[in-house]
Amino acid sequence: MGLSVQMAIKKNRLVIRLDGELDQSNVEELKKKVCNIIKKYSIVNLVFNFENLSFMDSTGIGFIIGRYGEIKRKGGSIVICSMNNTIKKVFNISGLKRICNVANDEVSADKILGVIA
Amino acid sequence: MKNELNISFPSKLINVQTSRAILIGFLAELDLPMSVINELKTALSEAVTNAIVHGYNNDETKIVSLYFSYDDFSVKMIVEDKGVGIENIDAAKEPLFSTKFDEERAGLGFTIMEVFTDSLQIDSVLGSGTKVTMIKNYAS
Repeated sequence: MGLSVQMAIKKNRLVIRLDGELDQSNVEELKKKVCNIIKKYSIVNLVFNFENLSFMDSTGIGFIIGRYGEIKRKGGSIVICSMNNTIKKVFNISGLKRICNVANDEVSADKILGVIA
Repeated sequence: MKNELNISFPSKLINVQTSRAILIGFLAELDLPMSVINELKTALSEAVTNAIVHGYNNDETKIVSLYFSYDDFSVKMIVEDKGVGIENIDAAKEPLFSTKFDEERAGLGFTIMEVFTDSLQIDSVLGSGTKVTMIKNYAS
């Protein structure tokens, strides 16, 4: 339980690797961390790596939608990779695949952004 | 196999996590497939979050109650609060609808509960509270 975050930047792309469970109890702290970095480093593209995210409810969807609004204004894109089956179902229910790209892993995610950029 | 559990806790967001942990412990005897457990966890997480965020507006002095039970065919989860209640249940169940539009709310809680369980019942009285009953069949 609980959530830890690891972030890495390459040019204007920020990758956010989540480990643990994301819900309403820890989303605000995550939002602060991520938004600070986006602002500080003029991030345009986001990759969410959910390989070690064992749980996410619709709070995570709201969080991604919030970041999408910010990223879209800068002409950027979001890629989500390595979702487990249940999180993928939540993602599909949300309709987010209309606005976010999906990849199997981080390398593929970066490739997608390379193509779009 | 048959069992039930009643539990109450303060309306604190950390208890969204606690609820899921309690559910997993409660369901251990059934040895359910991970997908079933994960869907029940997610539906529960949505309902408990709703009780805290909407029912009680994050008032940590209030109490959320959970009831779990199972028999040979299904698992039942009931989440109850004595909070503000839902003005329009049909609207609340509409995907993407949220009364807290200025926060980053996806408005998908009830939709997820509906998709991940086999029956969802919402009983609510304005000013008195809300009771969400979910049943998921697990026996193939």
